[in-house]
Amino acid sequence: MEDVMGYVHSVETGGTVDGPGLRYIIFLSGCPLRCQYCHNPDTMKMKRGKMTSAYELLKDIATYRSYFEQGGGGITVSGGEPLAQIEFLRVLLWGAKQMGIHTTIDTSGYLGKKADDELIDLIDLFLLDVKSWVPETYKNVTGVEIAPTLEFAKRLQKMGKEVWGRFVLVPGLTDAPENVEGVAKFVGSLDNVSRMDVLPFHKMGEHKWQQMGMSYQLNNTEPPTPESLAHVQQVFKDQGLNVH
Amino acid sequence: MGVHQDIDKAGGLPFLDDDMPKCYKGFVKGDWNKEIDVRNFIQLNYTPYEGDASFLAGPTEATNKLWEDCLELMKEENKKGVLDADTAVVSSITSHAPGYINKDLEKVVGLQTDAPLKRALMPYGGLKMAVNALESNGYKISEETAEIFKKHRKTHNDGVFDMYTPEIRRARSAGIVTGLPDAYGRGRIIGDYRRVALYGIDKLMEDKKAQHASLDGNVLSEDTLRLREEISEQYRSLNELKEMGTQHGFDLSRPAENAQEAVQWLYLGYLAAIKEQNGAAMSLGRTSTFLDIYIQRDIDNGTLTESEAQELMDHFVMKLRLVRFMRTPDYNALFSGDPVWVTESIAGMGVDGRTLVTKNSFRVLHTLVNLGPAPEPNLTVLWSEKMPKGFKDFCSKVSIDTSSIQYENDDLMRSYWGDDYGIACCVSAMRIGKQMQFFGARANLAKALLYAINGGIDEKSGKQVGPKTLPFTGDVLDWNALEPLYDQMLDWIAKVYVQALNCIHYSHDKYNYERIEMALHDRDILRTMACGIAGLSVVADSISAIKNAEVKVIRNEDGLAVDYEINGDFPCFGNNDDSVDVIAENLVKKFMGKVRNQPMYRDAMPTQSILTITSNVVYGKKTGSTPDGRKAGEPFAPGANPMHGRDQKGAVASMKSLCKLPYEDSQDGISYTFSIIPSALGKDEAERVENLSNLLDGYMHDMGHHINVNVFNRETLEDAMEHPELYPQLTVRVSGYAVNFIKLTREQQLDVINRTFHGQR
Repeated sequence: MEDVMGYVHSVETGGTVDGPGLRYIIFLSGCPLRCQYCHNPDTMKMKRGKMTSAYELLKDIATYRSYFEQGGGGITVSGGEPLAQIEFLRVLLWGAKQMGIHTTIDTSGYLGKKADDELIDLIDLFLLDVKSWVPETYKNVTGVEIAPTLEFAKRLQKMGKEVWGRFVLVPGLTDAPENVEGVAKFVGSLDNVSRMDVLPFHKMGEHKWQQMGMSYQLNNTEPPTPESLAHVQQVFKDQGLNVH
Repeated sequence: MGVHQDIDKAGGLPFLDDDMPKCYKGFVKGDWNKEIDVRNFIQLNYTPYEGDASFLAGPTEATNKLWEDCLELMKEENKKGVLDADTAVVSSITSHAPGYINKDLEKVVGLQTDAPLKRALMPYGGLKMAVNALESNGYKISEETAEIFKKHRKTHNDGVFDMYTPEIRRARSAGIVTGLPDAYGRGRIIGDYRRVALYGIDKLMEDKKAQHASLDGNVLSEDTLRLREEISEQYRSLNELKEMGTQHGFDLSRPAENAQEAVQWLYLGYLAAIKEQNGAAMSLGRTSTFLDIYIQRDIDNGTLTESEAQELMDHFVMKLRLVRFMRTPDYNALFSGDPVWVTESIAGMGVDGRTLVTKNSFRVLHTLVNLGPAPEPNLTVLWSEKMPKGFKDFCSKVSIDTSSIQYENDDLMRSYWGDDYGIACCVSAMRIGKQMQFFGARANLAKALLYAINGGIDEKSGKQVGPKTLPFTGDVLDWNALEPLYDQMLDWIAKVYVQALNCIHYSHDKYNYERIEMALHDRDILRTMACGIAGLSVVADSISAIKNAEVKVIRNEDGLAVDYEINGDFPCFGNNDDSVDVIAENLVKKFMGKVRNQPMYRDAMPTQSILTITSNVVYGKKTGSTPDGRKAGEPFAPGANPMHGRDQKGAVASMKSLCKLPYEDSQDGISYTFSIIPSALGKDEAERVENLSNLLDGYMHDMGHHINVNVFNRETLEDAMEHPELYPQLTVRVSGYAVNFIKLTREQQLDVINRTFHGQR
């Protein structure tokens, strides 16, 4: 495959929470969603990223192989939305697979239609963030419709691809019982989801919103209490999911 | 070895070990019975352990009670700075009557003076230092004792200053070479304290006598004369050790007969060393697997339970946590938090492929759980990718819970030093009983760069300290023009620095010789001249800035370059970017080459370390603004670390940059201090343990040398600064050692807080 240039926000070489083992995480720039709780708002606009050659990035990734071998590590393409730069993503994934490296993408699924089957074949694991279930809530949280995400999830199930589900619990925004239960039932109905992460909302991204000169709507929102987090985790467990 | 084992193994055939004395019953015979050879004893008798931590026992009632007493004393000490100090009796192996914490409960006894935490008076390194140390803590030396050292007994410090040249003095006071052990004990010598337990003193004295006699026929050259005198001193010190044993009610003339005696004998050997010397680092060696042999024998005999075995180790470690020296405020600024570097080297692999992990490797780490975290002893795991997973994961778990462990690469060091080396101080490997080092602190390579720019004039004082070379006169730094100037300045520093070290060690051997530590060495040993460098990442980033960005010189009214203005981006060390990492690598090689060209006292083998301990703060204070954008007075990064906050690509990229630094050219060690927040290591404990073990495996696989592992949140440290009383045991790994966070100076606390915390974005 030919080299392609893409917009990269940054990389994190010591990732441990976005897929199994130790991971090289590539944060791409550009995302069609405008999630209220986004903790990387500086990755929303594609042009803010640095033009980077996929080959150069792959060369760098190659030097980390000894760290991936232990514990099933590999690369995770995150963002931003990795599917917003399909051709760049394709070269990255292809290169990684050529080197025998485990591949993961961290996606909302909203742009799932842009991913052809060949691309999906290059991905070992999908971190699929189902941000809400009630359509109005989904729209309120992200600014876009939920349908493409659900479609993509079903397609991955059909193709038998491994998925880790994700859900961010934000008090007053995503914690309504019907919303939580809806996500849990949907994800629970998929037989290709090997793990479910329920992530408590945190404010570590707040200062970035201010730096970007963007208005942050969750100033007054606090992280969920341990009790409400445990309760929501139980809702997911009740659907037979392996909750972390 | 295999053959010996078959022939000599008594294994159920009592007639085969009929001739073994009681102390050796059940041990496999070998070369160690014919000559002093502890390694051979270990190899023939230890039991590798491949399991997990489930066998470990908690603290006994006696342990809890004793440790409570110690904590109470330490609380008192924290309030006063020093709990008590001797102002008259000059410390020696037999100077004080035995002291106890609670005699009825102590399974292992012996203190430096007649009371716990009472500090001894040790003026042989330098009288002024001893006097200042006392006075700054509100004590006064007895006039009689002071007079002896003023009138009748010359000290190491006196000797050095009789020898120093004016050039050395200038370099020293400008802080371009600094931290030199010219007014205090040099330390970093490890006696093979295991010999006391295995052989008993009589056998060791007999051996020293034979060594002395072996030199009878030699030409009496200066070297031979010195060695003959030293061996006689060693012999005498052994006799004193025996006497100290008698004072405590033990017969050290014979070998230890059981586990409790083995621990006690070994500890008394170490105690003799710390009563005689207040060396900068008084390390213990590699003792836990050795002791496991005695413990395992007693357990097999049914005379010791697991709980009793753990109690022995807990009490032993408790003693090591009480080691103290009197030190001056200056010293504390360099090496903060009252460190003594009772470094214990744990685990690793044998050259025959068997792991040196034993149950006692677990027990010694388990003291951090039973007694809570602590900076001392400086627990150092010799990590090998091939070690059993059960042990690796236990280390990771204890690291995550206590941040009290450092790791050094056994796979790397074994090829240099075999499988019976230990770490002195922070990162200095040496074969136990067969090698020592001449500790040499470090040269400030960042300041040297400023000297190159300013033609040898000090950027802070305006004085001509270095040689008068051509200064750089342009407005924008140009590496082509600067490189030869820097090269010339490094030549000069290497020369002055090694000259200073030669003076120091000549004098130390003469006036403050480590009698008992050297008595626990072979006759002929390898000596290394352990040089060191500070400011590596500052220089690497500076050169990178000069090459890749525009660095304008800002001059004061005298035309001296005192600050720099940088326009444009440049790659920084710590991001796995070859374009700058190679600069660091080449600098290490280059300076080592220059050191190697110098003549060395006692034909020492030159080595160097990339280690600052906490002195990175002091070096920073003494150094003007540098071309990397670091402002005058700001701290350097510790050891070989990337500069704070400049490693932007995460933990592994930072590690990979470190791994490029060549151990071949830094055989005294390459120190890396790593801090990560718990949530960045994984979601739950099992994941964190797994990921930390994997990170360590990856780092060692890439030939990283040393890593301090800290796992905590920045907020915890900030809270500890505000409420120190709530964090009496909060332990932080700094450069090569651990400290009680609350004992650091405020500046150093801030330095720790400002470090890169991986995972905090």
